[in-house]
Amino acid sequence: MSTQAIVYDLIGRFTMHSLPFYNMLQDPTKEHLINGSIGGFAACVATGGLIIVVLGITYLRKWRYLWAEWFTSTDQKKIAIMYMVITVVMLARAIIEAILMRGQQAWGLGGGFLSPDHMAQLFTTHGTIMIFFMVMPFIAAVINYIMPLQIGARDVSFPVMNSVSLWLTAAGAILVMTSLVFGQFSTGGWFEYPPYTETTFLPGVGPDYWIWAVLLSGVASTMTGINFAVTILKERAPGMKLFRMPLFTWAALCTAIMMVFAMPALTVAAGQLALDRYLGFHFFTNGLGGNQMMFANEFWLFGHPEVYILIIPSFGIYSEVAATFSGKALFGYKSMVFAIMVIAIMSFTVWLHHFFTMGQNGTINAVFGIASMVIGIPTGVKIYDWMWTMFRGRVRFTTPLIYLISFIVLFVLGGMSGILLANPSVDYQVHNTLFLVAHFHNVIIPGVLFGLLAGYHYWFPKVFGYRLHEGWGRFSAFCWIFGFMAAFFPLYALGMMGLPRRTVAYALPIYQPWEMAAFGGALLIGLAVLSLFIQAWVSWRHRDENRVTAGDPWDGRSLEWACSAPPPEYNFAVIPTVTDRDAFTVAKEFGAAYLPPPKYFDITMPRNAAIGPLLGVFGFGLAFGLVWHIWWLASLCTLCTIVVTIARGFVRRTTKVIPATEVQAEHERWLATVRATPPVTRAVETRPANQGLADQTALRAAP
Amino acid sequence: MSQEVFQYPGLNLGRAHPRTQSAAQTLIFGFWVFLMSDAILFAVVFATYVVHAHAGTSGAPGPKELYDMTSVFAQTMLLLASSFTFGMASLTLKYCHSRRRLVGWLVVTLLLGAAFIGLEVNDFVAMAAKGGLPERSGLLSAFWDLVPLHGLHVTVACIWMLCLFGQMARYGFDSRTKLGIMRLALFWHFLDIVWIAIFSVVYLGGLA
Repeated sequence: MSTQAIVYDLIGRFTMHSLPFYNMLQDPTKEHLINGSIGGFAACVATGGLIIVVLGITYLRKWRYLWAEWFTSTDQKKIAIMYMVITVVMLARAIIEAILMRGQQAWGLGGGFLSPDHMAQLFTTHGTIMIFFMVMPFIAAVINYIMPLQIGARDVSFPVMNSVSLWLTAAGAILVMTSLVFGQFSTGGWFEYPPYTETTFLPGVGPDYWIWAVLLSGVASTMTGINFAVTILKERAPGMKLFRMPLFTWAALCTAIMMVFAMPALTVAAGQLALDRYLGFHFFTNGLGGNQMMFANEFWLFGHPEVYILIIPSFGIYSEVAATFSGKALFGYKSMVFAIMVIAIMSFTVWLHHFFTMGQNGTINAVFGIASMVIGIPTGVKIYDWMWTMFRGRVRFTTPLIYLISFIVLFVLGGMSGILLANPSVDYQVHNTLFLVAHFHNVIIPGVLFGLLAGYHYWFPKVFGYRLHEGWGRFSAFCWIFGFMAAFFPLYALGMMGLPRRTVAYALPIYQPWEMAAFGGALLIGLAVLSLFIQAWVSWRHRDENRVTAGDPWDGRSLEWACSAPPPEYNFAVIPTVTDRDAFTVAKEFGAAYLPPPKYFDITMPRNAAIGPLLGVFGFGLAFGLVWHIWWLASLCTLCTIVVTIARGFVRRTTKVIPATEVQAEHERWLATVRATPPVTRAVETRPANQGLADQTALRAAP
Repeated sequence: MSQEVFQYPGLNLGRAHPRTQSAAQTLIFGFWVFLMSDAILFAVVFATYVVHAHAGTSGAPGPKELYDMTSVFAQTMLLLASSFTFGMASLTLKYCHSRRRLVGWLVVTLLLGAAFIGLEVNDFVAMAAKGGLPERSGLLSAFWDLVPLHGLHVTVACIWMLCLFGQMARYGFDSRTKLGIMRLALFWHFLDIVWIAIFSVVYLGGLA
């Protein structure tokens, strides 16, 4: 056996060329220097960040604490916060990539500074991260935290599986981050169409990074979907009938059902691409009966429901925000429920509009075009419902409501451009241009992201026990809104002028002013993200004067506001009984909120489990080994995964009991805090006077 | 019997197992939801097979040269019989018959499952010897995706059963073991149904 063979066995296809700055050192041309510096800098930030975090935890001697209190935790609230950590890290990276891309196109007249290959990696990672490792963890975080509280449950149905989902998502996210340092990511776009992504054209590690990252995240999302659906259907508090559930819980149910049915298509598509690349199968190759359209169909059979998986939780958040900050019950509750259910079902019937130009006959295109337009109807119902909810309400212009109002305006515009694109003959003119990029960012940013940010501002006090700084929140919201408009409205024009999406350079000077405007918008969005970080920092500094321990800073309507902020591990000392919609508002009106229960009981809660982080580690090792062809690592991690899973079946002490006396002590301490808290009116809700108890006298006195 | 209330889809353990029955409501329902997701997975792979089979054999050996219907028929019978024996095992569990009888039915099921896998692997080896490998054509790629995917599921089910034997030996018939048997039963019958689809679409369809 030669030395070369031994090295290959050990480290697979890794060479010095896999390091981002190696080409720059070997061959210092201007292009290599610029791209190598950017790649090398990113690699240094990623590695340096990791080293600082590891050293910091070691220095503070927090490993044991983190392992026992966080990593192995099966508490849905802690899992939600860990999902949020993934979201923040990945958002930071993907936003920087977006600004780089807009910068490249702004100076792209005849060249720009990025190599085509680097640009292609940037748009691939930007899309992959934003969808799978930014928004998906974000919605998993919000639903995990809020949904069990809203239905009066102690946890999700399968807490250990919840932890496994988290850690597989984390493994996928870390794999994408690893591609910054070792090798490079795919250049095939977030949907990774073959045959370009077959080994004939991309023999390197790029598409393999995509495949395994997406598969890890896809399996995790399938389990998350199962978990949420079963939780909502089986763990509701007594009296919480389906039509008494808050709208956000309905949205979570829709999302969960769509995850269960849509994710397998992605698993198959990515798995078959892997078979093509690793074992020489011919699913999507050019010759021997391969069929690329099969991949497009499979991917979008997942991909279209996926965009609704992303947006429906935000629809739920907007519904909560509209009702709470208008001081009114939600208008058209049932029409909202039917609308999201219709959207969920119809989302499975329109996937073909992602490839109108790829060879179907006109009749098929027409069918899918009409189906796509019809989705506009239930969405329109929801828009009217939100506006009617605000109509004649006592509307308070807090940060979440600013996001809601801007969403209503901007999302309708994005929806209109969607209706244009749903017409196949129009689509033929603008497909694959920046018009499309403008359209889907126009629905995803105001729709998904603004919604999640509204939810972040709305529920942050519940999660951490203190309010976010309102001024920075509003500043950030306006930066987002105007930054978005500046960054993406010019792209409509550019698309109409024929500029293809993902272009690295162009020759017509007429494009440049629009591109410059878009770059300005991207910078403004960068400022918006920066001010979110500043807001978090400022709020943390002033956390003591903004505490809302009583738990209800916004005069909330649903059960998540009926417990302390942050809630105890078991959520509710005694499971509430629900008699109507807007359960907490009803309780407050009848003076039934904050009453001590007649009797306390022992509470059984799930124990911590190590299987989540272990499967995360082995899942990452397996994926990394497969990407680099390090077969010993892949085999070892597969074996460990099997052993750990089997061993888990033999664990019998899976629950712990929290004694009634402890529950009673904690609950009564909180009730004493509530009694000591001065109730405040809505006029001062963003000031330190608001300690989380809403004044109900005005409400009762009102005619 | 007529007064029995079904608290979750499928065979309910009923009053004789009060603790397991309450835990089963959520767990068994959750497992059904997982099966739905798994069914979609198979459906997409079936769709791939149908599309690729439509495109022809690309010069590689085709179904008529490669499929051994005698063996496939034997596999079908083995799997159907195993579903029956698992059904007997579930009834034995429900009506609290002797443990030896339950384990006996499960062992018979396991042996039938193992025989199925043995015959299937034998077929795969024979196909490979005749040049029916996935790198030869899209049709064969789809075959080697779909049929071994089912075989892999059956293998996992067999390993799962071995693990349950381990849990029985260690803990006896506690709630978690019973719930394991109940979920494995659903999984087993589900794989049987998938096999019937494979038999009809792949094998009968391939020879038609």
